[in-house]
Amino acid sequence: MSKYMVNLKINNTPIQVEEGTTILEAAKHLNFKIPTLCNHPDLSVAGNCRVCVVEVKGARLLAASCATPVSEGMEVNTNSEKVRIARKHIVELLLSEHNVDCTKCFKNGHCELQELASEYRFGDHVFIDLVKDRDKIRDISSPSITRDASKCIRCQRCVRTCSELQSVSALAVVNKGDHQTISSFLNKPLNDVVCTNCGQCINRCPTGALYERNYMEEVWDAIYDPNKFVVVETAPATRVALGEDLGLEPGIRVTGKMVSALRKMGFSKVLDTDFTADLTIMEEGTELLTRLKRAIVDKDETVKLPMMTSCSPGWIKFQEHMFPDLLDNLSSCKSPQQMFGALAKTYYADKINIKAENMVVVSIMPCTAKKFECNRSEMRDSGFKDVDFVLTTRELAMMIKQAGIEFDKLEDESYDSILGESSGAAVIFGTTGGVMEAALRTAYEIITGNEVPFTNLNIKPVRGMEGVKEASIKIKNTKPEWSFLEGVELNVAVTHGLANAKKLMESVKSGKTNYHFIEVMGCPGGCIGGGGQPIPTSEEIRKRRAEAIYAEDMGKPIRKSHENPEVVEVYKEYLTHPLGHKSHELLHTHYQARKRY
Amino acid sequence: MLKEEIPDKMEQKQLKKIDIIFGWDEKCTPIQVVEKTIKKTPESIILDMIDSGLKGRGGAGFPTGLKWKFARNEESDMKYVICNADEGEPGTFKDREILDKVSEKVFAGMAICGYVIGAREGYIYIRGEYNFMLTTLQKKIDIFNQQLQDLKVDFHVFLRSGSGAYVCGEESALFESMEGKRGEPRNKPPYPTVAGYNNKPTVINNVETLVYTSEICRMGPEQFKALGTNNSRGSKVFSVSGDTPIAGIYELELGMSLKAFVDDFGDGDTKSVQVGGASGYCVPRKKFNETIIGFEGIPTGGSMMIFNSSRSMYNVLHDYLEFFTEESCGQCTPCRIGCQQLLKGIEAVKKGERPPSYLDDLKKLTATMKIAAKCGLGQSVANPFTSIVDNFREEIIY
Amino acid sequence: MTNTEVLIHELVEKHGRTRNALMPVLQGVVTREKFLSEEAMIAIAHELDLSAADVYGTASFYTFLDIKPRGKNIIRVCKTISCHMQGKDAIIKAIEEHLMVKIGETSPNKKFTLLTANCLGWCHKGPVMLINDDVFPSITPEKAIEIIEEFAKKTN
Repeated sequence: MSKYMVNLKINNTPIQVEEGTTILEAAKHLNFKIPTLCNHPDLSVAGNCRVCVVEVKGARLLAASCATPVSEGMEVNTNSEKVRIARKHIVELLLSEHNVDCTKCFKNGHCELQELASEYRFGDHVFIDLVKDRDKIRDISSPSITRDASKCIRCQRCVRTCSELQSVSALAVVNKGDHQTISSFLNKPLNDVVCTNCGQCINRCPTGALYERNYMEEVWDAIYDPNKFVVVETAPATRVALGEDLGLEPGIRVTGKMVSALRKMGFSKVLDTDFTADLTIMEEGTELLTRLKRAIVDKDETVKLPMMTSCSPGWIKFQEHMFPDLLDNLSSCKSPQQMFGALAKTYYADKINIKAENMVVVSIMPCTAKKFECNRSEMRDSGFKDVDFVLTTRELAMMIKQAGIEFDKLEDESYDSILGESSGAAVIFGTTGGVMEAALRTAYEIITGNEVPFTNLNIKPVRGMEGVKEASIKIKNTKPEWSFLEGVELNVAVTHGLANAKKLMESVKSGKTNYHFIEVMGCPGGCIGGGGQPIPTSEEIRKRRAEAIYAEDMGKPIRKSHENPEVVEVYKEYLTHPLGHKSHELLHTHYQARKRY
Repeated sequence: MLKEEIPDKMEQKQLKKIDIIFGWDEKCTPIQVVEKTIKKTPESIILDMIDSGLKGRGGAGFPTGLKWKFARNEESDMKYVICNADEGEPGTFKDREILDKVSEKVFAGMAICGYVIGAREGYIYIRGEYNFMLTTLQKKIDIFNQQLQDLKVDFHVFLRSGSGAYVCGEESALFESMEGKRGEPRNKPPYPTVAGYNNKPTVINNVETLVYTSEICRMGPEQFKALGTNNSRGSKVFSVSGDTPIAGIYELELGMSLKAFVDDFGDGDTKSVQVGGASGYCVPRKKFNETIIGFEGIPTGGSMMIFNSSRSMYNVLHDYLEFFTEESCGQCTPCRIGCQQLLKGIEAVKKGERPPSYLDDLKKLTATMKIAAKCGLGQSVANPFTSIVDNFREEIIY
Repeated sequence: MTNTEVLIHELVEKHGRTRNALMPVLQGVVTREKFLSEEAMIAIAHELDLSAADVYGTASFYTFLDIKPRGKNIIRVCKTISCHMQGKDAIIKAIEEHLMVKIGETSPNKKFTLLTANCLGWCHKGPVMLINDDVFPSITPEKAIEIIEEFAKKTN
């Protein structure tokens, strides 16, 4: 159906756009910047902050440009006197309700309200200070998320994020009038409600009302402590986004610079979570094949299919709250982060002659839920806390700046050995579809001895930003021991973002699906869109980060997990075989049902 | 006061009491009005409605005939008629009385509207503070629904309650509340006749407006047109309270001067009249003569609060600002924070914590609220604030 | 199921399992239990497939959908300007003294909670108070106490 075109003028400049375009979108085409606060490209239109108001000729009221569609002959002024005065008033009003302590605030320099205030250069605040209980309302109950209600500007982005993108709705607008605020159920601490720790709310909060629980001081302390041997592991998604917080454009791979910076910061060894991603594939791939065998050959009815990936801790907590009946479908594999920690403080510690109690494992993650994950009581299989601290990509950027490192001038460096080698299959863990693709590259070859029948091993059907992706691979010419899979159509699904996950889980529960294996990543876009990644985020930015991930994959000499020589070695020397006794001890975990509300 | 000039030859009426709303025609009861009206085409009913000049009686004053026409023209599987009985404007109590005494006329108006626009369901959203009326009202609705069924009219009236939120009187907030959500006004466009309740074309009319629609159908538009002025046809029900010996509900012809009103209703010592409730305008004695009660003067939902010389206009303004601060839905910046600033602002000036000139800063703020707030609540706060501060500045400061 | 859960189940059966049913369900619970407990909100969330925060956020918007525990009878005295001019302060003072509470509090025997309300729509017959759903316009301090005592007698 062709769309009508609409002619209008913005600041006396004529423009033609499709019917249904908002004034805000139309103005972007003309490079007229209209300030916004409650608006976000990933979310539905709210139209409550009123910062984006513009004057429309002939109308008595100012129009919220984010919420007003263009109409034929409209004449818009984005900077008339009335608009300027209104904007100033609105920002001043917000400041009067806001705990203005920018110099101490975690978002200092990264705050959208601060930016607006600086654009208008206010001087003395006109209005009366309305901030109540500024010191009493910070919630640090969650290991992942800090919530400071004294900084909240009630844009409701967090509420819409948690509801529309994640279908969790742990946050809501409560009360009305001068008591209106944003809160959890009965204002309980975040740790006591169904918050999954995914941190998507943090990614969209314009001020310092939501930010990660940060552990930068603890990590610096460990680095300075002469008695500690501090090892750092880095996630795949961090290396394609870290640059954004250090002056670079989205989608630039900074792996080598990141390694160099970490070394300069003083970490004893710089290692790679991608190594354990490859390990995860070995364990999880074998687990899947074992379940398939038990289901098809042994006709074991207790086997749970579809099997579901388990490397996304926000997704795991989501399942524990919302679909506890499906917990047995989850792979028992730990995430690469946690497998790393367990191996680091056992296998690796032995190898390099360091006492495990003196080793501190720090991970750099695009994720806030990983902070929750490393604190789970199950994650102590090494005899110690397997992963001591998790830093977000954003925290790392801050620490690099604190260390005075000029990031873009760094030379590329390589990871240390061992636990530093990885395949292209590992790197693509960072984006939606990556775990599935990595698993298929290995599983298919194990079963048939042949490579997956996709050009360059790129399994396109599971890639991209669509909410639920499906693929079907017919298994042909199996090796003798896998003959029970001959002719089987392996049905897989990939989804990202918890709202999509919820829909998929409801389909699975209804029994109408016939998937064998499902990859779920808790964040839109997968880890490259994680709750710990640089802000701002948008689909465009996530796409560019994903492209960088796939480029990194193509550039790797080894593209399949089972060909990673360090992986081969760890099995030979230590683990013996996937799902072996040692693996079960260190690399596998279990889950717990949590209350639904 | 309004900035708009009052035209030279504005019609001015004497105060005249009317008996359209509460009168009862035994020969043409409300259900009989429905019966005879649906024999006409929807288009001709709309023409009558437009011709009558009837404008909404809840305070906004939108031409009723046009509203029905817009809704009729929308194509949709479902449409709704909603009676806004959320009457919460301070000083307004006429809708309660109407629903108590002549509810059948309201139902009739709804049924006729349903016929005209193509809606099969009508809802009365009545404020929670009137819960004591629910049982009796439901009984009357049941009887009327049966009568409609007997006439083979495909329209059913339902009853819904609010739970204590003034802002739910705003049409889109009312829809939100009926949909089980917080009563937060929506972005407009789309307007209710395009997407209202359940995002379907909806006509939402005030209780009083619906009575007038059924009365116009009963007696024809001419009788209604004969009353009032060019821009304010007909009569209106007023809720009169405050310093008056005869507080109560009165149906009066539109277009009267405020002086005529005060002459009849004041206690001889009237200092000011708040026209239109907390969100209306405060008119000082010196302006009674030139103020017309009608859409060309001060449009109103009918609330008339009379203050004599013993009253402090500071207290009055403070009361209104406290009301808005509490009742604001809270979603938009200008209203949520602006109301608090106005309230604390006049307190600060009174206590000497801010200079009197701060009132001018606040007036500028209300000018922004008037054009930047998301709904009528925030947009209207400027009215009482500016009219009281301008006309009673000394009482606010000292 | 507890009494509350049974009540909610019945309300949902009556009003439907859609979001549009939330208001009538919340109102039904408040009519019986005088406020919305944590248990009630969770049960409603469960029946209507909403998040608890969502139910809480919606209920807390409406002044008459109390989230805080209330007494068996809720008194609301109008505090808007017309009633103020007609003597609402004297009414409130009398009730406060009689029940030994301040506005917002519940009497020790849990029979009454005293609250204020915005314009109840009886400006020509103020002062006015609601007790639960019943309205009492044109009250004096003496009359108010009399009415409250009648309620006290029929409340156990």
